[in-house]
Amino acid sequence: MNHTRRNFLKFAGLTAAGLCVASAGGVMAAGAGATYKEGAQALKAKRWGMVIDSKKVGTKEAIDVLAKACHDVHNVPNIPGKQNIMWIWAAGFEQAFDQPNNFMDEGLEKRQFPILCNHCTNAPCVRVCPTQATYKRPDGIVAMDYHRCIGCRYCMAGCPFGARSFNFMEPRLHLDVTKLNKDFPTRMRGVVEKCNFCVERLAQGKQPACVEVSNGAVVYGDLSDPNSEIRKILREHYTIRRKPSLGTEPSVYYII
Amino acid sequence: MKLYNGGKIITGLVIFLGIFLAPLAYNAGKAAYSQPKLKMPENEKECIESKEFMRTKHMQLLNDWRDASLRDGTRVYVNSKGKEFEMSLQKTCMKCHTNKAEFCDKCHNDAAVVPYCWDCHIQPEGLKK
Amino acid sequence: MLEKALKGSPKYYMWVGFLLLVILGTSGFYIMQLMEGLTITGMSRDVSWGFYIAQFTYLVGLAASGVMIVLPYYFHHYKKFKDLVIFGEFMAIAAVVMCLGFIVVDIGQPQRMLNVVLFPTPNSILFWDMLVLNGYLILNVLVGWTCLEADRQGLPHPKWSHTLAYVSIIWAFSIHTVTAFLYQGLPGRHYWLTAILAARFLASAFCSGPAILLLVIMLTEKVTTFKANVEGLATLAKIITYAMCVNVFFFLLEVFTAFYSGIPGHTHSIVYLFKGVHGHHELVPFMWTAVVLGLGSLCLLIPPKLRDNMKLLPWSLAILVIATWIDKGLGLLIGGFNPTPFETIAPYWPTGKELMISLMIYATGALVVTILFKIATEVKQEIGASQKPAVE
Ligand code: SF4
Ligand code: SF4
Repeated sequence: MNHTRRNFLKFAGLTAAGLCVASAGGVMAAGAGATYKEGAQALKAKRWGMVIDSKKVGTKEAIDVLAKACHDVHNVPNIPGKQNIMWIWAAGFEQAFDQPNNFMDEGLEKRQFPILCNHCTNAPCVRVCPTQATYKRPDGIVAMDYHRCIGCRYCMAGCPFGARSFNFMEPRLHLDVTKLNKDFPTRMRGVVEKCNFCVERLAQGKQPACVEVSNGAVVYGDLSDPNSEIRKILREHYTIRRKPSLGTEPSVYYII
Repeated sequence: MKLYNGGKIITGLVIFLGIFLAPLAYNAGKAAYSQPKLKMPENEKECIESKEFMRTKHMQLLNDWRDASLRDGTRVYVNSKGKEFEMSLQKTCMKCHTNKAEFCDKCHNDAAVVPYCWDCHIQPEGLKK
Repeated sequence: MLEKALKGSPKYYMWVGFLLLVILGTSGFYIMQLMEGLTITGMSRDVSWGFYIAQFTYLVGLAASGVMIVLPYYFHHYKKFKDLVIFGEFMAIAAVVMCLGFIVVDIGQPQRMLNVVLFPTPNSILFWDMLVLNGYLILNVLVGWTCLEADRQGLPHPKWSHTLAYVSIIWAFSIHTVTAFLYQGLPGRHYWLTAILAARFLASAFCSGPAILLLVIMLTEKVTTFKANVEGLATLAKIITYAMCVNVFFFLLEVFTAFYSGIPGHTHSIVYLFKGVHGHHELVPFMWTAVVLGLGSLCLLIPPKLRDNMKLLPWSLAILVIATWIDKGLGLLIGGFNPTPFETIAPYWPTGKELMISLMIYATGALVVTILFKIATEVKQEIGASQKPAVE
């Protein structure tokens, strides 16, 4: 009796293993002969980056214009209180940069800086995410797959820039649902979100939303191309990045 | 051979079978299942792939579309006939199927599946307050 | 052996019934959280982990602490722990169950939890934490159960269970180290970003965990015929004392490094916790309570006379548990998130609902402990191991 049971178990084990292998090598569901490709009009880069001229967008009002443009295209709600969602917002020098200065010049002391996800080269949020819901694209953009995020918020603890927001509640409760951008989804409760460097707009050949409304104060481009406009600006101006000592290598530069 | 606790076992079995077969009893005599009538796009005769393929595989297709466009940055689908489409639920599928209630929901309701697409994606009808 | 959990005195039934009622009552709050989201907690954009994860961290310590009994028994053949080993293992099971529970209630999309397994990501410490915690659970269930069953039948413990016990000893250190790595590898969170965090975690686990275990064992003695070896208990108290000394020492190392170097990043969190900054003093009374109770427990534990006084010992242990709980259950998380990346203070306090959901998990843990300890004590009674002298 023992003998047969053992055989039965062996057989069952083998079957189970076989099933696992079979399902692991799942086939892509595309019609026969179908393929995927990049869109022809998509903007491409080896490493996307941004320069913000803080002299030109140095007030709360100016930054609110950028924030509104961004939050409108991405259906970002405005939730009163400490559980808010923010992709880009205004902060003072000391809040934004780790360089306190007792005797700052007046202009800088009052100036506001737009802050957003830095799309770090060594992004701690990517490193800690247990599901690869946050991942790095080959073009340097740190992107998120909200379908996969389990809402553990490890990435929020990992990001040293406070760039991430968690959907503590149903975001649609705080959106005017009649005025949504119908070409972009909202998010659902229980996932983390942040600035996506307008990856969906790049795919259509458009500049990021905040860049478009900035009147040239925000410039977007390929950091790896020495001839790009962004590299030209970086050559000609003194720029700083947020918390460079942490080694995350932000891709967002500020002209001071 | 003697069956220990026979009474209890048999009662248990009867109850189990009763519960197990309840759905069959419940549906006995009802009309057979018929496929729901879907509202088809008016200006478009052909979907991106064949009807059979779409009916059985649309969920895997959407799953793959998501990964391809989000992760690999390939956002264009070239179908078996060489026609190109942007891989986007809101911007491609729902531009033809302009009525979620009369299209998606019909089968999903019958099959008692609740896909979570619409927790984030916006249906073409728009959202109500 | 499970049948032993089904038959008991009316008091036992009442206690189990009470726990079940608590679990049922508080689960309503969890359902509310599932429907409304984590907005019902006190967490915020800046303090994005709160009470749940703090409890998780504390309980990983409790889970690891069983090793303070298992290690002397297996590595040093310290026979006086013989009848305590099973309690250490069973306590570890309950603690891991609670840890997993606190993770589940903390995540925003629990139904997608398996994504951690479906998309294994070795660069995420959370992935490893999931592995080591579940592994530790399995190890303890296997070893504990098998050894108890063998004892009951009067058979020697199988060879493989010894091997697994050795593995579980090393493993216990790993679970708390990996849990510390969750925190100590994050750039920009200065209170956590310190090489000694894992060591601090272990030290605090090895004093607070056995303290809780000892308290539960003393309670078990009250309600069953079980009577632990007094010398064994005294040894455990000694271990607790050493670990608490090391724990305090490690914390003082932190204080020295922070304040002698004077680097703001290192001092800020400590100043916030113990003195308050920007007009925020939320945690100051708690942290000083922890200091007073922690030092008080040392005063009561270090002199052998006081430590060996079995009447006083429970009190010394209780204040030690409170002190370490404030340090690791409140201070660690809130101090880690404050000051925020914007050098501001974001006060956090758990909401009532959050506490109710935590109660649900604690009650579940208590239920697991009750059932497992019931089984263990009954088996001990059956085989006449470590029993109270018959009274008649
Ligand atoms: S700024 Fe924060 S969220 Fe953005 S890439 Fe860097 S670490 Fe990640
Ligand atoms: S919250 Fe989501 S994106 Fe962030 S670490 Fe967890 S799974 Fe990844």
